[in-house]
Amino acid sequence: MKVIIVDDELLARSIIREYMQNHPELELVAECNDGFEGVKAIQQQQPDLIFLDIQMPKINGFEMLELIEQPPPVIFTTAFDEYAIKAFESHAVDYLLKPFSRERFDKALAKWRQSGHSQGNKEKLATLLDSVSNSPAEQQRVVVKLSGKIRIIPVEDIHFLEAADDYVKVHTRDGAFLKNKTMGHFETVLDKNHFVRTHRSYMVNIAEITRIDPYEKDNHLAILKSGGRVPVSKTGYVKLKSVLGL
Amino acid sequence: MARSPLSVSRFRNSFFGWWIVWSALHITLLLSYGYPLSLAATDSLVTNSLLLAACWIVSNILRYYIPYSDRYWYVLFLSLIFSLVVNALSKFILNLILADPLNTNYIIFLSNSYWLRLGIAFLLVGCMAVICVLWYTQEEEQENRQRKNDAEKLSRDAELYKLRQQLQPHFLFNSLNSISALIGSNPSQARNMIHQLSDFLRTTLRKEEEQWVKMEEELQSLELYLEIEKVRFGHRLSTSIVKDEYSLQLMIPPMLLQPVVENAIKFGLYDTTDAVTIHIAVLSEKDALKVIVQNPFDPETASPRHGTGFGLNSVKRRLFLLFARTDLVETMAKDHIFTTTINIPNHESYYR
Repeated sequence: MKVIIVDDELLARSIIREYMQNHPELELVAECNDGFEGVKAIQQQQPDLIFLDIQMPKINGFEMLELIEQPPPVIFTTAFDEYAIKAFESHAVDYLLKPFSRERFDKALAKWRQSGHSQGNKEKLATLLDSVSNSPAEQQRVVVKLSGKIRIIPVEDIHFLEAADDYVKVHTRDGAFLKNKTMGHFETVLDKNHFVRTHRSYMVNIAEITRIDPYEKDNHLAILKSGGRVPVSKTGYVKLKSVLGL
Repeated sequence: MARSPLSVSRFRNSFFGWWIVWSALHITLLLSYGYPLSLAATDSLVTNSLLLAACWIVSNILRYYIPYSDRYWYVLFLSLIFSLVVNALSKFILNLILADPLNTNYIIFLSNSYWLRLGIAFLLVGCMAVICVLWYTQEEEQENRQRKNDAEKLSRDAELYKLRQQLQPHFLFNSLNSISALIGSNPSQARNMIHQLSDFLRTTLRKEEEQWVKMEEELQSLELYLEIEKVRFGHRLSTSIVKDEYSLQLMIPPMLLQPVVENAIKFGLYDTTDAVTIHIAVLSEKDALKVIVQNPFDPETASPRHGTGFGLNSVKRRLFLLFARTDLVETMAKDHIFTTTINIPNHESYYR
């Protein structure tokens, strides 16, 4: 059984390592300092279990998981994070509160084994990630991956969003990035006074709009500073006008 | 309960002074009508003593009860009643004492001057009543103002207290976790860290009691805090502290710098993945303290566009509550370095 630990504190990793010695069937294949290393190691090693800290440099544990196509079973470890703990409890995902005892650690492992190494966890994990994406950190940035490179996009830098099958295309100055989320997700997460869903498949950052032109029948086109053109439907136009105070 | 105006010596002295002058005037008036001194003095003493008593009773009645509406009708009513009573009593007593065939003239004068006496008594009692109403209204207002001040001070103290003791639970539990890990691998370092953590907790607890501490003490607890964080983050965190001797003797609100340094660590360590150095400089400028904290940050993701943010609001608020100034915290982001400057005016010039 391959295990990866992702935590930015050396001592926090060492205690997991120590507790793991009682479980010889577990093989520690990587220890990661941050989410970037975590993504890389998980893709290379395809572990059966990861111990994942929440608060880490640059991208937090949740954001790291969002970047992974098929996340393995996770046991979260955190010291104090009211927001995350509430989410864990409502989604029955196992987590360890630091400092945790050997007994508590063994119990978490037993639970993981019971779940059949946890294919069933996947849906739980998805709903968990959806619910924590309302956290303050994630309302201010979007973490995406482009050909192996991870980018953190502050929401102000987003020009507009475009639906693309199961993904959302995040358009920025530096090009478009795909994010494995739905338009509905972004509609709940992003500030409604800054981002308006102008169309079934489009959401626009109103700070980027330079003008709105009529376009066929009842439709309009929002012209952006960047030169981008975003379709605005009839209902989208009403929403846009109310946010812009017209 | 408000003080009675007669309980204030300045007021009481002038009240009795006026009373003596008034009584003397009364005697002089009667003498000028040709009445003998004994008669004039008796009349003055009886009438004015009764007036004095009436004034005293009226001031006490108003002390316990002044209606909010119709207070001037109430004053008028009281004055009328008491002047009628005073007049009837004085007429009765004077008739009783001075009923002598020799004084027939005076007795006639007494009954003839009834309306004049009533008018004068009414004016005097009314005057006293108005003075009392004004006095008590002012007293009540002063009491209200005092109470409002007290309430404001209380809530300000409570807010300051809350701002002072914002210990990060995240820090505490992570430190305990580090200790838990060290117990297995390096027991003596674990013990050392327990001592550091206890010392730090003790200073924060003790400091909650105090309004001002020496910069030296504040810096000591910051150093303890940083030592603990260094154990947690290992080689990633280093610090440099510059201080001048004079500034260490200056006073600072306790735990004021703690959130500033916590922020520096948070944005230094959580916003970059490299090794981080936190610079702290403690300087004195004239008699004021100047503390500068610097940490690296990543302008791409930390986006100081969200105002000066960085969680320094509690520090700003505290300084505002203490000094009523909003310009004491300055922040600057330049070349991947975030600088926070805190100015602490000399507290003695504010609180002496």
